[in-house]
Amino acid sequence: MVVPVLTARFGVPGAHTLEVARRHGVYADLGRVLALDPGAVITEVTASGLRGRGGAGFPTGAKWGFVPPPERRGNRPVHLLVNADESEPGTFKDRVLLWHDPHRVIEGTLVAARALGCHRAWIYLRGEFKFLQARLDAALAEARAARLVGPDVLGSGFDCEIATLRGAGAYICGEESGLIESVEGKKGMPRIKPPYPAVVGAFGDPTVVQNVETLAAVPWILEHGAAAYRAFGTPASPGTKLFSVSGHVRRPGVYELPLGTPFPELLQAHAGGLGPGRTLQAVIPGGSSVPVLTADEAMGATLDYEDMARLGTFLGSGGVIVLDDTADLVAALANLTRFYAHESCGQCTPCREGCGWMARIAARVAAGRGTVEDLATLEDLARALPGRTICAFGDAAALPVLSFLARFRSAFEARVQP
Amino acid sequence: MSAWPDDLAPEAASILASAPTPCAATLPLLWLVQDQRGWIPDEALGWVVAATGQTLAQLEAVLSFYTMFRRAPAGRWVLEVCRTLSCELAGAPRLLDHLQARLGVGIGETTPDGAFTLLAVECLAACGSGPVLHVNGVPYERVTPERADDILTALCEGRLPERPEADAWSYPS
Ligand SMILES: Cc1cc2nc3c(=O)[nH]c(=O)nc-3n(C[C@H](O)[C@H](O)[C@H](O)COP(=O)(O)O)c2cc1C
Ligand code: SF4
Ligand code: FES
Repeated sequence: MVVPVLTARFGVPGAHTLEVARRHGVYADLGRVLALDPGAVITEVTASGLRGRGGAGFPTGAKWGFVPPPERRGNRPVHLLVNADESEPGTFKDRVLLWHDPHRVIEGTLVAARALGCHRAWIYLRGEFKFLQARLDAALAEARAARLVGPDVLGSGFDCEIATLRGAGAYICGEESGLIESVEGKKGMPRIKPPYPAVVGAFGDPTVVQNVETLAAVPWILEHGAAAYRAFGTPASPGTKLFSVSGHVRRPGVYELPLGTPFPELLQAHAGGLGPGRTLQAVIPGGSSVPVLTADEAMGATLDYEDMARLGTFLGSGGVIVLDDTADLVAALANLTRFYAHESCGQCTPCREGCGWMARIAARVAAGRGTVEDLATLEDLARALPGRTICAFGDAAALPVLSFLARFRSAFEARVQP
Repeated sequence: MSAWPDDLAPEAASILASAPTPCAATLPLLWLVQDQRGWIPDEALGWVVAATGQTLAQLEAVLSFYTMFRRAPAGRWVLEVCRTLSCELAGAPRLLDHLQARLGVGIGETTPDGAFTLLAVECLAACGSGPVLHVNGVPYERVTPERADDILTALCEGRLPERPEADAWSYPS
């Protein structure tokens, strides 16, 4: 049994309140950490090998290192934006984490803010998370009253305000520069990079956008050390990760596993396996935006960044969607293309137009009214996206189409007219 | 006119005071209006424009970009059903059909008595416990047609039903 890094307080009654959270170790090490040199905090996080859990898997310590020092940023402030937009289909871990352990997320935010020299952080929740905002605001109020948030945190001399903000329904606000635009009060349209947010972000200031789960791992890493964190996972994928499992399994849910865990173990031991008599058909391993795997590929896979890359897909957000032999894969792709058509922000022509066309064609094919030519057009539209758009949404919309057509061609060919 | 009405003015002032820039107060101010009025009436655009420094055109663009801001009144209970893949696999189409039949309205419509608005929305981040239904933003998970009936009965009595699933993170069938 693995020591839970992220889920230790799941199921502890009242763990969302300060008193219970503290009794179960939250904030216990914060005073010591705040007294450390910020550079030492970044060094430890870098040594842990922690990678961003929002989808891109970027090394967290390296990102923090990109923020220019005060003298090279004209003494501009640094902002920390906690990405709680969680809108990637198949992903529901940040919601569960914030609900069960809001104080650990606040603690991770404080530690990151300290490391970055940031005195004002925002937790950006998707618009539909009103119920979570209430929970977090209550936790923040308790933390403020206990001098854990606000001026002179725990008497350390470090000031840090944390507040929540809420979007209003737009998947693209999860993309870091879309999120920044939204925080500024605008449409959440992603920015052209470079400059990267760590240099020019919110309000023109250096800004770090970090996923909820990433920050929740940080206090544990500092308390137990980078080496203890690296005892889990693989050399290229250290630590543990939350997997959100949905679809055709008997026990869907959020499970914390060391990276490198074989997929069959997640499926059988945690998610309860498939329904009686069912066989596995396909697995989307990292949220709807990553390429789908065949049953054989998935059953031979380990859940880490490198094995997913070997299979031509991504670990993404860890949103695992399991499809058994009853799933209509053509309908599944039509559903996903509709999602991307609905969510494209519309700035880039190949994305705005391509997503709309892909959705209409995929719906026609799913309804049995498509032609062989439609499949070729779908592929053409999808191929026109990656690398030709402002943000990675273009890839996200294209990869499901390309991978479903490549790996499950016969299901599509069986549905179309010649 | 652009002055905030008395009932909203104190909260609007405090939002503006804590926002890093006036423009950054836009979404919180719009939420304030919608939470208190149920929708965003035209007159509110003047209040927000004056407070944030956005132009009316910019504000209209923001309002139409985000799906959750309402420019017309909705029913007392807004029912949002997730229709994205994991919920579809879990039976969302059946739930949507059932609600349409029970309420006698199509998706995007409000019942004639103004009690219910039915919407189909994209992934609500509860994919392991679909079908998911938000009632005025309160999440209900694993909503079978039978459970939907119980929820509707409670709403007709003017109350939100209990959410025994609220603390779960694993959902054995
Ligand atoms: C279309 C799109 C949607 C995204 N949605 C989210 C999201 O909902 N939550 C999230 O944490 N990251 C999301 N990301 C990734 C962010 O851009 C960013 O990489 C991440 O928040 C950085 O934090 P991390 O390094 O801790 O993962 C999205 C990216 C793209 C391209
Ligand atoms: S790729 Fe799509 S979502 Fe991203 S900026 Fe371009 S149009 Fe918007
Ligand atoms: S697919 Fe319905 S909540 Fe994610």
